[in-house]
Amino acid sequence: MFFNALFFQLGYNATLVTIGATLLGVAAGVTGTFLFFRKRALVSDAISHATLPGVALAFIVMVSLGLDGRNLPGLLFGSAVTAALGLFLVQWLSTRTRLTEDAAIGAVLSVFFGFGIVLLTVIQTMSSGRQAGLEGFLLGSTAGMLFADAILIAAGGLLAVALVYLFRRPMTMVAFDREFARASGVNLDRTDLIMMALVMGVTVIGLKVVGLILIVALLIIPPAAARFWSDRAEIVVLMAGAIGGLSGWIGAAISASAPNLPTGPIIVLVAFAGFALSMVLAPRRGLVSSAVNQWRFRRGVHIRQGLVSLAQGQPIYEPLTLRLLAREGLARADGVPTDEGKARAARVLRDEKRWEVARSDPALEMAAARYDGLTQIEDVLTEDQISVLDSRIGPPQEVPS
Amino acid sequence: MNGAEFVPLSLTPLLIGCLAAVACALPGNFLVLRRQALIGDAISHVVLPGIVVAFLVSGAITTTAMLLGAAAAAILSVAMIEGIRRYGRIESGAAMGVTFTAMFAAGVLLLELSDTSGVHLDVEHALYGNLESLVWLDATGWSSLVDWTALVNLTDELFRIALILMLILILLAIFWRPLAISTFDEGFAATLGLPVAAIGLGLVIVSALAAVAAFDAVGSIIVIAMFICPPAAARLMTNRLGVQVAWSVVFALVSAVLGFVFAGYGPLWFGGSHAVSAAGMIATVSGLILALAALLGPTRRGAH
Repeated sequence: MFFNALFFQLGYNATLVTIGATLLGVAAGVTGTFLFFRKRALVSDAISHATLPGVALAFIVMVSLGLDGRNLPGLLFGSAVTAALGLFLVQWLSTRTRLTEDAAIGAVLSVFFGFGIVLLTVIQTMSSGRQAGLEGFLLGSTAGMLFADAILIAAGGLLAVALVYLFRRPMTMVAFDREFARASGVNLDRTDLIMMALVMGVTVIGLKVVGLILIVALLIIPPAAARFWSDRAEIVVLMAGAIGGLSGWIGAAISASAPNLPTGPIIVLVAFAGFALSMVLAPRRGLVSSAVNQWRFRRGVHIRQGLVSLAQGQPIYEPLTLRLLAREGLARADGVPTDEGKARAARVLRDEKRWEVARSDPALEMAAARYDGLTQIEDVLTEDQISVLDSRIGPPQEVPS
Repeated sequence: MNGAEFVPLSLTPLLIGCLAAVACALPGNFLVLRRQALIGDAISHVVLPGIVVAFLVSGAITTTAMLLGAAAAAILSVAMIEGIRRYGRIESGAAMGVTFTAMFAAGVLLLELSDTSGVHLDVEHALYGNLESLVWLDATGWSSLVDWTALVNLTDELFRIALILMLILILLAIFWRPLAISTFDEGFAATLGLPVAAIGLGLVIVSALAAVAAFDAVGSIIVIAMFICPPAAARLMTNRLGVQVAWSVVFALVSAVLGFVFAGYGPLWFGGSHAVSAAGMIATVSGLILALAALLGPTRRGAH
């Protein structure tokens, strides 16, 4: 079942939902990256909660006009209107009053959501409201979705991806370096507006699939996961799109493969699994890699300090240093250096001496700044510079035994 | 409206709504001032998985299990946010977003997969509670307030939220000065030798406690609204902390009372016949109060 769903073999609607969720994931991941780098990830939470009154109002208006209240384009249009109002209020509260942005976000999301709940209970008492199924917008519901709705979601996802592609350059520049973007002639306000419009678009498209409470996860988790893999902006954007797309695809497939598996939460949990894997396994920034690097550094410092002590004939008391030296065959367990240890110790001592001289020479200030107790001076200075240093130190000395 | 109708049907939900609103607004003042308003948002989302897990482990909806599960989830979420922020070097807003959405999704999934048909536990309930159903059926009128046999059957939620509110008031009275100093100037507080990290964690735990107790009665939406809206509105009224806290309590009470009355009787004034969600209406009223404060509050622009 799962593999059938993964490869689009579960019927027309399931396939469209899966494609729509994948496109939505890509668009959300890429758009979210720009928010993430502006440190405004949670603004999207206010936007998504602010969609609820719009959905309910659209239903009420459509019913009172004698139309079908469940018309998805109409509901999504309503949600976009109140989402824009919510976004405007967050901006207004955080720029025109002393309230900080986090308080503005929290106030807007809870009040709009609360008002939306009031409207939902109003709808439940309307004669045509009993089967409205608007609760499906809270957590997403793809079961029993109309064919036209599935097409709308797939097309919306495609449109969002296309828009992101079209505006990728100005948005990347604004997200990473506003001053540089301004100097390059990018219109900052217009780019911010496009970015927020995309966030709103992704939210609105995602309402039916992921639901308004969890759509924010698709905007936040993929960029946060992608950040572990690279420091380069373009790569983070691409990775976030890929992680978001994979989450949407795998999540929708899992949810289609069994009854009672709600699409939204599954997609979010797949994305979170991607985040957890990235945080643990990513090269350089991941936890495993950081731990390994830290241990390597520690080991290097211990061995080097141990060798310096050996070279100067001082006893070593630190047990970890002794163990490391013994394991490398540089000293016996009681701290007496082996022949190889003596040779290495002499080299390390000379290196330290050279650093000492280099650091006292103002002409070598730049190079001396790279002294960290581990870097060898051969990696920083040229042979000619080193021979000048050596001439000030004198000939190599014998290690005392 | 007479006592025979009001006391059994409206008195207890109204009291519970007021107590829950104040219990959340009090710690909310400090969260708003410390720019941690969204911790309240995060906590109220993770309460759901905590309660679901507590139900799955204990097999029944008991108060103790629910409170423990929710508190454990709140603490776990704070630890996760802090871990992601520190070890993943990710900005705290995004760390929060990652944590609470994942935990909420896990809660919803567990709820869908487990058999909870026999008990009153579902996502809608978690979101907007069932304030209206917390009635006091043994009451017959105002005289029941002095009738011991009726009082015994008062709903548990009332005692629980009253107890938590009392605890919060006592803690606030004891720790007022250190809390105030570390909120406004953490560096200064640290030089005085105050344990700023422990104070910060204590505040989060007290907020979690308030969130859990209120959540049980009124759902998570009021919890977020009461954490943020009354304190934020109060912040626009004054520059003094004590006065701000007092305003926030007033705003919380007004929101709870007006919200409850509008929800129960408002539709009747417009010719409707059914009440609307009280929790949603209380959040809406608190938002209207904040809007008024943002337009008219004397200190809306800041201290200068």
